[in-house]
Amino acid sequence: MAIALKLTSKRRLWTFHGGIHVPDEKSLSNTQAIESPPLAQRLYVPLQQHIGAPARPLIELGARVLKGQMIAEPSGFISAPVHAPSSGRLIAIEEHPVPHPSGLAALCAVIATDGEDTWAELPPPLTDYPQLDAALIRERILWAGVVGMGGASFPTNVKLTPGTDRKIQTLVINGAECEPYISCDDRLMRERAGHVLEGVRIMHHLLGVRAVMIGIEDNKPEAIEAMRLALAETDMHDYTEILPIPTLYPSGGEKQLIRILTGKEVPTSGIPAQIGIVCQNVGTAAAVADAVLLGRPLISRVVTVSGRSIARPSNVEVPVGTPAEHLISHCGGYRETPRKLVCGGPMMGFELRSAEVPITKATNCLLALTPEESPSPEPALACIRCGRCAEVCPAKLLPQQMYWYARSKDLDRIQDYNLFDCIECGCCAQVCPSHIPLVQYYRYAKTEIWAREKDRRKSELARARHAAKQARLERQEQERQARLRKQKEALETPKAADPEGEDPKKALIEAARRRAAAKKAVTPPRQLTTDN
Amino acid sequence: MKTALVSSPHVPRLNRVDRIMFEVLLALIPGIAAMTWFFGWGLLVNITLAVTFAVLAEAAVMLARGRSPWIAIGDLSAVVTAVLFAISVPPTLPWWLTLIGMLFAIVLVKQLYGGMGYNPFNPAMAAYVFLLISYPVAMTTWLAPSMLAEHSFSFMESLRLILTGGLPTGLEWDAISSATPLDEMRGKLDLGLTIEQIRQGPVWGELGGRGWEWVAGGFLLGGLYLLWRRVIGWHIPISMLLGLLIGAGVFWIIDPQTHPFPAFHLFSGAAILGAFFIATDPVTACTTKQGQLIFGASIGVTVYVIRSWGGYPDAVAFAVLLMNIAAPTIDYYTQPRVFGHGEKPG
Ligand code: SF4
Ligand code: SF4
Repeated sequence: MAIALKLTSKRRLWTFHGGIHVPDEKSLSNTQAIESPPLAQRLYVPLQQHIGAPARPLIELGARVLKGQMIAEPSGFISAPVHAPSSGRLIAIEEHPVPHPSGLAALCAVIATDGEDTWAELPPPLTDYPQLDAALIRERILWAGVVGMGGASFPTNVKLTPGTDRKIQTLVINGAECEPYISCDDRLMRERAGHVLEGVRIMHHLLGVRAVMIGIEDNKPEAIEAMRLALAETDMHDYTEILPIPTLYPSGGEKQLIRILTGKEVPTSGIPAQIGIVCQNVGTAAAVADAVLLGRPLISRVVTVSGRSIARPSNVEVPVGTPAEHLISHCGGYRETPRKLVCGGPMMGFELRSAEVPITKATNCLLALTPEESPSPEPALACIRCGRCAEVCPAKLLPQQMYWYARSKDLDRIQDYNLFDCIECGCCAQVCPSHIPLVQYYRYAKTEIWAREKDRRKSELARARHAAKQARLERQEQERQARLRKQKEALETPKAADPEGEDPKKALIEAARRRAAAKKAVTPPRQLTTDN
Repeated sequence: MKTALVSSPHVPRLNRVDRIMFEVLLALIPGIAAMTWFFGWGLLVNITLAVTFAVLAEAAVMLARGRSPWIAIGDLSAVVTAVLFAISVPPTLPWWLTLIGMLFAIVLVKQLYGGMGYNPFNPAMAAYVFLLISYPVAMTTWLAPSMLAEHSFSFMESLRLILTGGLPTGLEWDAISSATPLDEMRGKLDLGLTIEQIRQGPVWGELGGRGWEWVAGGFLLGGLYLLWRRVIGWHIPISMLLGLLIGAGVFWIIDPQTHPFPAFHLFSGAAILGAFFIATDPVTACTTKQGQLIFGASIGVTVYVIRSWGGYPDAVAFAVLLMNIAAPTIDYYTQPRVFGHGEKPG
């Protein structure tokens, strides 16, 4: 530990541009140890809980499923399987509201739990993983359906397979948890630091990196201490550092955290692997440890349930698929009618239309906010070009200019201002004195541009199809002409030959003559034939 | 919870336009107090008139455009425009000139360009320049500061002067008016006097003109308050004052007898008011940090050039308007390097 501390105190941290201080509201829930509420009667397990292709269902309706049994398999390279979070019966695969910004429904496997929580037969623990083939370990992580648990839910095995041409030097572990209210990673680090580090160790082994940096915002001293103590007990301290970073939203953004810890910038529209870095969340590390060391798939997660409308803000570990309302009633229900329900943190999370939605692998927080915590937005005023938004933008963009072009629907100019470097952190909207919902404009513009791209691709496809059709029609026309010509010849030849059938030579000459005449006369073939 | 889904963030906003404008008004108080002390009640009468005209004009335009007038009035921007205008004009200005000025500022400069946030020119300064060109005498007739004045106007006398143009019996304009320090300096320098000779006159204080330097000090105090409250950034005011100081400093070092010392420029005319309250108007200034430095420094240098060689003794309004034209272009060429775009501007 002495070594780790010495290294830490010498380590230089970097800063990113902008950022804001927001009341962190963590004390509502961060003293609550992780608890396990009783099992819900119905679990709604979305078939797509990750970025990429949805999983393909494997189980027949009505069949009994066991806890940890794979119920849908990955389809495609970027995909992840889904497992039954508890034992019971698969009663439906149907559209059900899911936590998604659009508020739309998606396919979910509905499991009626039997309360027995019987485990399926699990694959053997791979405790000797340092001796095993890396492909075997990756396969296990893929099998377990581990995805990024910090919110982006990118399949973890893909991220841990950087390809041979990219040398990864540094593994960055994200324990920043910079969004207000959320304390699930904080509790995880406090209570299961050793397990998190086990996961880190596995990822370190898989990537063969030189250094591991674990960044934790300094508003979580207990988590930092717990992680340091746990680290001192491992053999990892010569390559692992626990680095407290200043509390400043959005230091937990992947690009921001990498910048703070390494001073490097992830290139625009690029990924960290391009600069030799892989970034994983602490929750993901724990899930990797579960998969490799216990043979358990990712079927539950820790969720912070908070907000001043919640009677008893808590951190709960629940099976994936548990309805949000089940958690809320476990936390004592509402103390006050909430103004809104938010999935995720208050800065980047999205409003939920109903509490029926299930917890997914990516759901880190459920917030029931009172009108005081989340007042209805006041009418937006005109932009006064005060530049406050640009001052706080961690991507160093000019939000006021992007707003201008989003409003005038100038989709080309807004891309000149690097719209796609916007991480939608909400800092700009937060400080805007005119209360312009800036992020909404950027999301809108991004969607429009994607739609336009899609249209363009579609029309290109249509153009290609049209060209192909034209070519086909032309070919058919030529073939038709050729056929007609042949038919004509076939008609002519017998007529010319028949009367003087014995003289093929004469017939040939005659045919040639008629052909020439036909060409000259340009008369329809029918007339020609009646001539004879 | 049944309303339309609202995009993140879901926490209360940190700033408000009306609060920012309110802070600006608050910060103007020390300067206004000093000005009232030295130049009489006329300033307060003018402020009241200008605010009334501006708010009415704003309301009328909003109603004509079929919008609610309350939002536009509530952001207090028209009030700030009116107060800045009233501070810039002589405290004896006839009421109808204030009316013309406010109509010009609010209806033409601000609302015809689309209203708050869209006007390329600072409304108060545009109105000031418009009146200066159209009514040069009324716009340049200043009272002597109270310690030099033969007559101190009562409130009623000021009111009467502004509303009817009538002077108290027995007084002539010649007796009560006085050149501003900048006028005085320019005039005497043009006559070939040296700075030393000029400064022997009774109108001079430590830094600028007597009385005037206190007014500038009051605005400086307010400006520092705005910086401290982070209502404005330091880039524009500091670069503008530095531009002016460096311009003045270079010529002063070359020949201190024909060029006033730099602090004189700082504490005369509208330099400090302009640096903290006028050039910083976000709507018409540059928004990128680098651009703001260029914007401010250019105003400072332009002010010095016009003061020294131009046709008008003070030049803040001209310089600001000139740079308002350049602001969008400067912004375009000073975009910050976006995160992840390498070291070159992209
Ligand atoms: S913070 Fe708001 S008002 Fe200020 S420049 Fe940005 S968008 Fe405009
Ligand atoms: S939401 Fe986008 S534009 Fe606004 S501060 Fe964040 S990154 Fe910058």
